[in-house]
Amino acid sequence: MNGEVREADQVWPGESLLWFLRERLGLPGAKNACEQGECGSCSIYLEGNLVCACLVLAGQAQDSDIITVEGLAEPGALHPIQAAFLETGAVQCGFCTPGLIVATHDLLRRNSEPSDAQIKEALAGNLCRCTGYAKIIAAVHLAAGRLVLAP
Amino acid sequence: MIEARPLPTRQRPVAQSAITGGIGESVKRPEGVLKVSGDFPYSSDLWAEGMLWGSTLRSPHPYARIRAIDTTQAAAMPGVHSVLTHADLPGRKVYGLEIADQPVLAFDCVRYQGEAVALVAAEHPEQARRAAAKVRVDYEVLEPLSDPELAISGEGPSLHEGGNILRRLRIEHGDQNARAEVVVSGEYVIGMQDQAPLGPESGLAVPDGEGGVDLYIATQWLHVDRDQLAAVLALPPERVRLTLAGVGGAFGGREDLSMQAHACLLALRTGRPVKIVYGRQESFVGHVHRHPGRLRYEHGADRNGRLVYVKASIVLDGGAYASSSTAVISNACSFASGPYAVPNATIEGWVVYTNNPPCGAMRGFGSVQNCFAHEAQMDKLAQALGLDPVELRLRNAFQTGDTLVTGQPLEGPIPVAELLQRVLSMPLPETADASRRDLRELPGGVSNTTHGEGVRRGVGYAAGFKNVGYSEGFPDYSTARVTLRVVEGRAQAEVHTASAEVGQGLVTIQGQIAHTELGVSQVVVLNADTRVGSGGSSSASRQTYITGGAVKTACEAVRQRVLEMARSELGDQAGSGENWRLADDSLIDTSGRTVIDLVTLLGDEVVSEEREYRPRPTEPLDERGQGKAHLQLAFAAHRAVVDVDVELGLVHVVELATAQDVGKAINPLAVEGQLEGGAAQGLGLAIMEQVLVKDGKIMNPSFTDYLIPTILDMPPVRMEVLELGDPRSPYGLKGVGEPPAISSGPAVLAAIRAATGREVSHVPVRPDDLLDL
Repeated sequence: MNGEVREADQVWPGESLLWFLRERLGLPGAKNACEQGECGSCSIYLEGNLVCACLVLAGQAQDSDIITVEGLAEPGALHPIQAAFLETGAVQCGFCTPGLIVATHDLLRRNSEPSDAQIKEALAGNLCRCTGYAKIIAAVHLAAGRLVLAP
Repeated sequence: MIEARPLPTRQRPVAQSAITGGIGESVKRPEGVLKVSGDFPYSSDLWAEGMLWGSTLRSPHPYARIRAIDTTQAAAMPGVHSVLTHADLPGRKVYGLEIADQPVLAFDCVRYQGEAVALVAAEHPEQARRAAAKVRVDYEVLEPLSDPELAISGEGPSLHEGGNILRRLRIEHGDQNARAEVVVSGEYVIGMQDQAPLGPESGLAVPDGEGGVDLYIATQWLHVDRDQLAAVLALPPERVRLTLAGVGGAFGGREDLSMQAHACLLALRTGRPVKIVYGRQESFVGHVHRHPGRLRYEHGADRNGRLVYVKASIVLDGGAYASSSTAVISNACSFASGPYAVPNATIEGWVVYTNNPPCGAMRGFGSVQNCFAHEAQMDKLAQALGLDPVELRLRNAFQTGDTLVTGQPLEGPIPVAELLQRVLSMPLPETADASRRDLRELPGGVSNTTHGEGVRRGVGYAAGFKNVGYSEGFPDYSTARVTLRVVEGRAQAEVHTASAEVGQGLVTIQGQIAHTELGVSQVVVLNADTRVGSGGSSSASRQTYITGGAVKTACEAVRQRVLEMARSELGDQAGSGENWRLADDSLIDTSGRTVIDLVTLLGDEVVSEEREYRPRPTEPLDERGQGKAHLQLAFAAHRAVVDVDVELGLVHVVELATAQDVGKAINPLAVEGQLEGGAAQGLGLAIMEQVLVKDGKIMNPSFTDYLIPTILDMPPVRMEVLELGDPRSPYGLKGVGEPPAISSGPAVLAAIRAATGREVSHVPVRPDDLLDL
């Protein structure tokens, strides 16, 4: 769990990994917007794969490596993707933002210089209701440029 | 102290940062670091020691009489602490924004599917849900009234005392018997839109142990929530304290109460903190929607394309409860003929009760439905006259000195023609050969349904407008407390209001105003709560104007006191202190010389002032629909470019272009965000979004079946922002948030009609509408 081993007792077998992260481990970064895998707000890494935490049972994540938005940057610092979202105005209410940042992280580690079309395809599973997405695309480009300069 | 559950693995990276820029600058939002880090405490993230979870049992029927409710079995379920029904309510059993007609918990009947009937508090949310399912409700199911036209006719059951017509409004402007050489008519049907904020309704109620309660809540108006709660809880308002929790979007959907009263009732009954978080399906019945409508129009013009008259009949479905329907129909009628000068008009509006989901506020608030109709009519009229659609609009565009159909004169800059000319003159996107384009830019996208064959391009235009601030005499004001003091060796300004940051950037704006007015580089905006006076709602595009005005006024009072302090302490021999100003954390004289720095001047002194800001009042519409009902009007124009696959009926919006007068862009980056985000919601209503209701039941309460635009659906937005300055408002600003959501959708419709040659008269447009099926 973001580099540490975390345990919880008396977990109900029906609990989603999303609920487990938020309510048992105190990691609210993965968000509860639709809880049926449609909006991407709970995007996390499970064993290095981008998943919706709401579609994974907590029990399925036993002994797995998990990285959430809280684990992307060093404590006290922002990851360049986080800084880019903030600077470009890609954050309004911000509820979709952590999921989008994790999804962008996944995109940029596969494709360091994505085109607009590639960004759109990669982020098509992340709903945002505030921004109209233009500034999110700008944020991805800004972050990509900075990560190429300072990988 | 309630906050997001303490994070055991790591510290919060950075606290809410200070605001370090003034008005006109694209200052970054101070809560942004927490938001990108995942640490911003939204209303669904809250936690308190000993917290219980609340769940709500809802009616499966759109209309039914309640014979009996039995909670015995539910109360005996594991983990359950309390089960409540209407019989347990301590105070007023109904609530509502304008008319208190909605039961806190249903008592004699249910009037819509999803109406709250019983509440459970339990240790685990799943225990609460399972217990709620064990509450036995004996319903006598009744035939629902689902057709608004039937509600007008008086047939069918009367759903509320006084009948089913919630408000009827008639506007008579000019000659009621005017005739014209060229006449076009049409009937337009608008679907029900959902605000679909990503953050679900949620909050945490904490009993104070002395009979009062603290509620941490995502809302658009803390004080109106508080006043409704106080009545329901039978408590004096000061014992119901509200603090704004992080708001995951609002768009009108958080104006009415959702789980607020329910969480407080459970918390007061159990003596434990109670958290309620809706799932997405529950959210669809937990808040009001944009009114669906049927609009019948007739436009008359002379041969030169000058409007002679507009006749309109507007029927909006208010659903089961009143919410803000009476104000929505007022807007729909006031702005029914669009931003065009028309000498004669007859506008008739109805909003009615049915057993459909309750409808109320959503971004655009009555101006969205009518814009689809009046803009389709303008295109139809242009075609009948053989005129270019933009040319027809230019010939009739509102100018300063014209009047609304309500008789209200138009004051200040009214740049309708200029906005239209701006979007007209922006370059069009390239019309590359469709067969050579990236799949992702074609209708159907990655579904690989076309490589360009059957794709037709269309371009359409629309203009729209609405009011900023409350209307028809509803008291509009906001309150701000501003404090200046020395903190850790630096002068710091603190701004405190009860006005809700819902994502629009109000916290940043408040800080920017204080930064500019007090010349202080360190500005902190305190969390909104009810310890300070009401700020009014974050709606009607009003907060930058009204709360901005309050912050500015409070800053001026603080500055006055600081200047008085300086003059008395320094001795003002030359009397030049009259012209001293605050800048760069110092007092500056007219020659730009520093008189004294603020840290030295203030010492231990704390200068704090609370002020209310009230713009000029509005007046109600009279029996002929006449009156100066609106405070400020805001205008925008849009151009849409679409590609339509005419074989499959699929639409891809290639580009949106817009021009909008914002008076003064207080935060240009935030303005852009409003123009882009609002346009996306307009596009959504035009081609994707509809809450499907059949016999009173919602058929698609999920993001699987209710489609909001994704990043693939939303094109780039080309924009020009005008700053023409309203002489009456603070800094000359105009409300920004709603106009982007008004004319964007109608422009898309116009472009689809241009691409297909079809008379598409309802939204959202479905593939079937564009094919001969």
